[in-house]
Amino acid sequence: MIAHLPILQVIVPLMAAPICLLLKRTQLAWLFSIIVSCIAFIISLFLLQQVMVSGVITYELGGWEAPWGIEYRIDKLNALLLVIISSISTLVLFAAHTSISKEINEDKQVFFYVLYLLSLTGMLGIVATGDAFNVFVFLEISSLSAYALIALGNDRRAIWAAFQYLIMGTIGATFILIGIGLMYQMTGTLNMEDLSQRLPQVAQTHTVFTAYVFVIVGVCLKLALFPLHLWLPNAYAYAPSVVTAFFAATATKVAIYLLIRFTFSVFGVSFSFTTLPLQTLFLILGLAGIFAGSIAAIYQSNIKHLFAYSSIAQVGYIIVAFSTSTVTGLTASLLHLFNHALMKGAIFLALAAVVYRLGNAQLNSFYGLGRQMPFTMAALVIGGLSLIGVPLTVGFISKWYLLLALIENGWWFATVLVLLGSLLAVVYVWRIVEVAYFREPLNKDSSVKEAPLSFLLPIWVLIFANIYFGIDTRFSLQVAQEAAVSLFGVTP
Amino acid sequence: MLIGLFNNWIVILLMMIGLYIVIAHGNLIKKIIGLTIFQTSVFIFYISIAKVDGGTAPILTDQITTYSNPLPHVLILTAIVVGISTTALGLALLIRIKESYGSIEEEDIQKQDLLAQNKQDQDTQKSNHEGKKA
Repeated sequence: MIAHLPILQVIVPLMAAPICLLLKRTQLAWLFSIIVSCIAFIISLFLLQQVMVSGVITYELGGWEAPWGIEYRIDKLNALLLVIISSISTLVLFAAHTSISKEINEDKQVFFYVLYLLSLTGMLGIVATGDAFNVFVFLEISSLSAYALIALGNDRRAIWAAFQYLIMGTIGATFILIGIGLMYQMTGTLNMEDLSQRLPQVAQTHTVFTAYVFVIVGVCLKLALFPLHLWLPNAYAYAPSVVTAFFAATATKVAIYLLIRFTFSVFGVSFSFTTLPLQTLFLILGLAGIFAGSIAAIYQSNIKHLFAYSSIAQVGYIIVAFSTSTVTGLTASLLHLFNHALMKGAIFLALAAVVYRLGNAQLNSFYGLGRQMPFTMAALVIGGLSLIGVPLTVGFISKWYLLLALIENGWWFATVLVLLGSLLAVVYVWRIVEVAYFREPLNKDSSVKEAPLSFLLPIWVLIFANIYFGIDTRFSLQVAQEAAVSLFGVTP
Repeated sequence: MLIGLFNNWIVILLMMIGLYIVIAHGNLIKKIIGLTIFQTSVFIFYISIAKVDGGTAPILTDQITTYSNPLPHVLILTAIVVGISTTALGLALLIRIKESYGSIEEEDIQKQDLLAQNKQDQDTQKSNHEGKKA
């Protein structure tokens, strides 16, 4: 049983999705999904613990040996990602039943759980697998279900956003497919471990260079790096609120994982950072993303839009940290990956609670909400402080390591810009605080109450995690640091 | 040299045609068509790199000694399935777009969204104004 954990991680939600369809009753499907997601979370914890103790776990699918068969390969990086995805998924599901009861038609609610579990499968699969083509397959499983989930939003703009995402996402995925094909053409293998050993022999060819460029562009489309972010704001703003919470916390993270995996494990640091001007490119695009995202966020009147733009800015921070190509920088990247999932999960769940009570997330509806929904708004504010990077929250920890990495490289200009970018976050978080706490409620009748417990529980678990991992950084820092070191260590 | 790589030329030509249609055309059906051509070019790319000169299908008999590589062919079967699902989902979304917007032209849809957005902003401003007065 223990030996089969890597495959169970992926196969349990995959099998559960069609079973959900058979359950027919929404309540049952909901309970079942929570149980499945919990199981996935427990498996991921076991895997992480095992990896930390005894190193890399490999699993051969169907008993076929590695370069021929598909291999699942769990190292510290994957294990961390698996924990992030499955924990956020479980917490979001707790709120899902209440939230979608108002946002999705009754007859479509069961399908929501089916798609949700498929999307979860896709993400876990991308992370768990050690086979380049398998990555593409899981990428499409998660993307196709994501398009459908976004289209479930009750605004007609949700469908349009889903369609735009479909076009962009498919182009991105096909680019990755071309890259994988070119790699296969040169090496005759699809196994990532095997690829990393064979690619250096042919590294000087144009084909490998082209393969890398295709993979990078495809992945950057998926992770919404500025200027390839156009699909993200509308998709996040008009999707059902819980879907936004799930995707904002996990979907872009999975794409960033792919970027790290291909850059460090498959192509190797020396190849990746010398053939392409990756440092300059990602530093500039990351900084541009921080400013474009943050400034756009300031001018939004829809709060879901606002935080969607802030997500683009946060991806910018991760990419800036990545561009330093040092162990400290990569640690900062991974820390922010983990921390940003906690922040955005909490913030978008709080927004889901607001949408549940108010029916929309327009800034104008937030008047006086600090008094009407004290716990939800407090969570939103703490999440916002974490986004800014105030000490005692997780945001501070990742910003701190990011700045350390930038200073270590002597990039003073970038350091100043990152600090300025954080100030922009103060502006957009303050807009919400001002409206929610310092304005009178618009309608005095107290029809707007505190959100139900099914929202408050997951929100405050995440907020507690935000503060806990901001004070006691041993767990997250240790995993991130060891993962970063091993990524640099494996490659020559 | 250039003739020898003619399969790549066809792949690149199809790829560019597909991408161009996706980018340049406002009609959403045409966008889907472009996307399909783009994906198909990648299928052809995979299939053609697996071809071995003089090789046949990988069947185990004594007369045949050279085989084409079957692995990319199998891989691309998966990718074809993915491509079909994407097209199907895209068309399904299109039906709903047509139902709710009454159009499948990108410009039309964006114009309608802009109008709706402006109206919403005005409405909320008005209600705020009234709220403050009260």
